[in-house]
Amino acid sequence: MAAEQIIFILVAAVTLGAAISVVTSRNLIHSALWLILALFGVAIFYVLLDAGFFAVIQVIIYIGAIAILFIFAAMLTRRVMQETGPQSNSTWWLGALIAVLLFAGIALIFVNWQGFTTTASDLTNPGGRIVQLGLALVSPDQYLLPFELASILLVAAMIGAIYVAGEKKQ
Amino acid sequence: MNFFSDPITFIGNWLGNLLVSIGISQQAATVIITFIAAGVVGMFGFSLVIFTIWLERKLYARIQDRIGPNRVGPWGIFQTFPDMIKIFTKEYITPIGVDKVAYNLAPILSVSAVLLIWAVMPFAKTIVGTDVNVGVLYLVAMGGIGALGIILAGWSSNNKYSLLGAFRAVAQIVSYEVPMVLALLIPVLLGRTMGVNSLVNAQSVWFIIMSPIAAFIFFTSSIAETGRAPFDLLEAESEIVAGYQTEYSGLKFGMFYVGEFLHAFTISALTAALFLGGWRGPFAEQIPILGVAYFFIKAFIVYFFVALIRISMPRLRIDQMLNFNWKFLTPLALVLLIATAVVDKAFYLVIPGLNISAGLLPWARAAVHLGVNLIIVLVTVQILKSHHISTVKIVGKPRPVAVAPEPPASVIS
Repeated sequence: MAAEQIIFILVAAVTLGAAISVVTSRNLIHSALWLILALFGVAIFYVLLDAGFFAVIQVIIYIGAIAILFIFAAMLTRRVMQETGPQSNSTWWLGALIAVLLFAGIALIFVNWQGFTTTASDLTNPGGRIVQLGLALVSPDQYLLPFELASILLVAAMIGAIYVAGEKKQ
Repeated sequence: MNFFSDPITFIGNWLGNLLVSIGISQQAATVIITFIAAGVVGMFGFSLVIFTIWLERKLYARIQDRIGPNRVGPWGIFQTFPDMIKIFTKEYITPIGVDKVAYNLAPILSVSAVLLIWAVMPFAKTIVGTDVNVGVLYLVAMGGIGALGIILAGWSSNNKYSLLGAFRAVAQIVSYEVPMVLALLIPVLLGRTMGVNSLVNAQSVWFIIMSPIAAFIFFTSSIAETGRAPFDLLEAESEIVAGYQTEYSGLKFGMFYVGEFLHAFTISALTAALFLGGWRGPFAEQIPILGVAYFFIKAFIVYFFVALIRISMPRLRIDQMLNFNWKFLTPLALVLLIATAVVDKAFYLVIPGLNISAGLLPWARAAVHLGVNLIIVLVTVQILKSHHISTVKIVGKPRPVAVAPEPPASVIS
């Protein structure tokens, strides 16, 4: 077994364990901490896949921004230091049903997928991948439209947040 | 390549050959040497802090017309060692009701976030931890982890003042990341790369000459990220005891303290690397050890300014701090980013027709960028002038302070 495989199995185990702890932990902040560990595991997968750019972006966006926002929001709730309330409500079966269906769907796709048995070809031009990504995001025949749409969505969300939070002028 | 011109690479090669010769495979030897090198860089960072703590205390003292540490060793230079031993012997006090895991994790996170930055620090052309091709983004990511450490410390202490400190930390550190990232984009744009060592390589003209505004924004927002005066609202002693580190004692407090000092030196070194040409200097290409010397001279010059600003500036109010970020630094950084991108593109479109010799090309480019920067500075100053406060605005009538009642007659007589 190569060193990379050992690392992969260890990281996968930690990531899955952390992901399970996110939903089973009774303390909101502890859930957020486990989430950070799980996201970090995903970042390590990116490193193992030789995608350093995505690994760093994963840490910046998910840990540096989203997880901190989660923690910040949880800190503002009352009685955050205590383990409060039941973990599920009366519609837990609906969530479970959707989760099972989703898992079944993904499993169905993966069973018929050839990617597990074929070996991926090595990526060419390791230094220029970021350049290729950047060009792909701004060239009209590739991903310009989704990129701009995502930007508009974010701007709309930002304007909405400012409107909600802003002072009302009578 | 001999010992005197490049000792680190020399020792690394020697150790690698030694490990291979005693029967370890080449791959395993590389792993072992990488671990040793990582340990050496980490230990080096910590040892540097021992010196910078003394240096800053001494500077502090001289500015306040005191002598400062002067008992242990010449000029008190070993003063930090007794302090260190003292903090090792202190008791760990864990208050009731703290969240144990987060409480103990926070100091580790906030030190390691700073120490991890040293992994991409280019000491010389050949002496660099790892030149990842997304080094600049890596710096930003580590900043996020540092913020996480502070937030956890504040929340897990189960203390109102700690929590207030953590709220301020979010307001400050997360906000100041915005202009910092925007300012970091300018060297990336000018150097056409994201690796920190490649950026140093690209600075045939220092980036502080090409874009002084970017250097200023990066420097200012980095100081805000460290949470030191004048941006020390996270631990404002006069308002919230000691902020997020109120409940910490012993070595756990020491971790925050070391982390803060290390961060202060780290941002100086980063400013030196990204804007002051890092290890570049006469003969640095041929003799890498000279590059290390240039790098540290530049870093300590910047560090002197960081310390000077800390010592001589009063603390900002929280609204001033946020206004300065959102209404001044961020718009300025956005304008600068757009202007730099457009001008750089236009420069390379125009340049083939102008017939400038290849040797002068970087300097011509620098002059154009410097001109754009100066125009932006002039416009900014004009806009600021038109908004200056001419009179003190009275927002409310002064309320009478509590007046002591007249003492009864029996007391007076």
